[in-house]
Amino acid sequence: MVWAADAAALAVGIRVGMQATKAQVLVPGLLMMDADPVADAEGLERLAFWMLRFAPVVAADAPDGIVLETTGADHLHGGEEAMLEGLIGRLAMSGITARAAIADTWAAAHALARYHATSIAMASAGHDASVAAGLSLEALRIMPAVAEGLRKLGFRTIGDLLDQPRAPLTLRFGHDLARRIEQMQGTLAEPIEPVRPDDVIEVRRAFAEPIGAAETIARYIGKLVTQLCALLEEHGLGTRRLDLICQRVDSRAQAVRVGMAAPVRDTKRLTRLLCDKIETIAPGFGIEVMTLAATVVEPLEHKQVISSLIEESTPDITGLIDVLMNRVGERAIYRLAPVATDVPERSVMRVAAMAPESGASWPGHWPRPSRLLSRPEPVETVALLPDHPPASFTWRGIRRRVKRADGPERVFGEWWLRDAEMVAVRDYFQCEDEAGERYWLYRAGDGEHAETGSHRWFLHGVFG
Amino acid sequence: MRHETPIDDLRAAVSRIEGRAARSKTVLPFGIELMDRRLPGGGLALGALHEVAGGGNGAIDGAASALFAAGVSARTKGKVLWCVTTPDLFAPAVAQAGLGADRVIYVEAGDDKTVLACMEEALRHGALGAVVGEVARLSMTASRRLQLAAEGTGSIGIALRRWRRQAEAMDFGQPTAAMTRWRISVLPSSQLPVPGVGRPRWLVELIRARAGESADFELEACDAAGRLAVPAELVDRPAAAEGWRRGASG
Repeated sequence: MVWAADAAALAVGIRVGMQATKAQVLVPGLLMMDADPVADAEGLERLAFWMLRFAPVVAADAPDGIVLETTGADHLHGGEEAMLEGLIGRLAMSGITARAAIADTWAAAHALARYHATSIAMASAGHDASVAAGLSLEALRIMPAVAEGLRKLGFRTIGDLLDQPRAPLTLRFGHDLARRIEQMQGTLAEPIEPVRPDDVIEVRRAFAEPIGAAETIARYIGKLVTQLCALLEEHGLGTRRLDLICQRVDSRAQAVRVGMAAPVRDTKRLTRLLCDKIETIAPGFGIEVMTLAATVVEPLEHKQVISSLIEESTPDITGLIDVLMNRVGERAIYRLAPVATDVPERSVMRVAAMAPESGASWPGHWPRPSRLLSRPEPVETVALLPDHPPASFTWRGIRRRVKRADGPERVFGEWWLRDAEMVAVRDYFQCEDEAGERYWLYRAGDGEHAETGSHRWFLHGVFG
Repeated sequence: MRHETPIDDLRAAVSRIEGRAARSKTVLPFGIELMDRRLPGGGLALGALHEVAGGGNGAIDGAASALFAAGVSARTKGKVLWCVTTPDLFAPAVAQAGLGADRVIYVEAGDDKTVLACMEEALRHGALGAVVGEVARLSMTASRRLQLAAEGTGSIGIALRRWRRQAEAMDFGQPTAAMTRWRISVLPSSQLPVPGVGRPRWLVELIRARAGESADFELEACDAAGRLAVPAELVDRPAAAEGWRRGASG
């Protein structure tokens, strides 16, 4: 029997569940491999471990899925949607075609990921079971025989089932169906049993009485961090990422994840970072167990610092960067580094805020505008060809007479990047109007040859 | 120590009440005698909040005001945090104003509120040379928070005011807790003996200075070390003219 088929096989008509001999008849010379469910499960487990970089609570959802609890972790990846796109992109790069969905319950996310039309599905926060109403019955995670039986009774989609009285359905199809429906609605909790790497440094604290107040949580965070830092010191390590997992009384997990720009072992700083996130923890009826794990660690040895007697030490700002990073996201805090190119919009590259200093700078022989428009805006000009600056130009409905101008600064297209830029040319001019406002204009094309550009004028920046 | 006039006595009493005596009195001079003379303490106060906005179209694009802020930041020591909502600042120009690529850390925040929160956090930390935030609205409460965060540290806080529409720039008249308030407008550049654009010039208006008077200056824009300059023809003004001016103003 065919267990799985790739895109090429599906294209020639092979279907999952088909008999192997039939498939071989359909496609001569078909490459077939024996199914190995044990190895598949192991592979899925490995993938789940890899997914730990996206969220702290991850579990393999056999046979073909992985479930992540993203609450408390998406801020590090620039929001939920950006996180999903990044995840799918990373998987695609390693040759895995994946579908993903975010929803409030495991059941709804499971259904949307597998049966939604698009490969990325986002259910808005606070949704109910109606997000999955249009999906087929298999999306409920019920046995095929049960789905078949329901279909015989005239049920087509999940939406048909939601309003039905439960008792007759349970009587006929067993408890499993009712349980699945309740899980979809979120009335029945479905805890995720997360995978845990063996060698991770973690500390755990169980409470005799469940805790819930923010101050209490903060106090125990402080205690856990102290223990963890002592452990890290023993190993000579510093942490780059911390996961705090709070197991609630109703066996659901609340996770908080903080990232650091450089390895840290400072109790005060780590406590501060975690305590900033307390408001994202929903304690429910109380927290029973708190686990604090250093999921990414790097060696951190004691360093000798310069004595202030000899020279002034540079103040350390990694603590500040960490605080800001956990507030606005890892991608929103950066430094800009020069790129060796003449095309202005490509001459700037984002690097990590704490990346080593290169000392490089941009060539300074031409003045550059302090504000660069994200895309050049077309302007109407009166200009002599081929190499005169415009005599006047109209931008955003205001006509300006050019009093003084400087240029042209010719920028050639980068033919090694794109074929379309083979002969492309831009001539940049710095133009000053009568009021003294200075603008950066360019003409696409060299003014003589039509193939070098459209010969239209654009405004690209504003000088200070 | 005996004060010369009752006004000095009063000033001392007020500053004692404000608790400013305990704070560091260090300033960052502009290096231009004309300007530093007008500023209390002889320069831009460190550990304080300052406001900068552009005049005319500069209120919207904030091009000249950004360079002014970059020039001030370049002359401080340590790293500079630049909080923006729209990332349209062109880093090569900032580097040309003396603030190298290695020194500026950008924070891209979604809204004004986050920008202000990030600024406050950074000012409170105190290890940065300057903290620049591009905001449209700056309420009295927000500016007071920033000013309190900056006090006691050596960081300069610069609120770079920038609005979406010209009409919203009226907001700049509202009172804030900033130490000084500047408006930078562009002027026609210096004359060159050949066709071309010379060194840019700004009209730098000191609209408000706490314990100081307002003034305006016509200056040449920041050079590669972030220093402003007085145009040559103003420096070499004939002595007679200067004397006449003094006489007229008393």
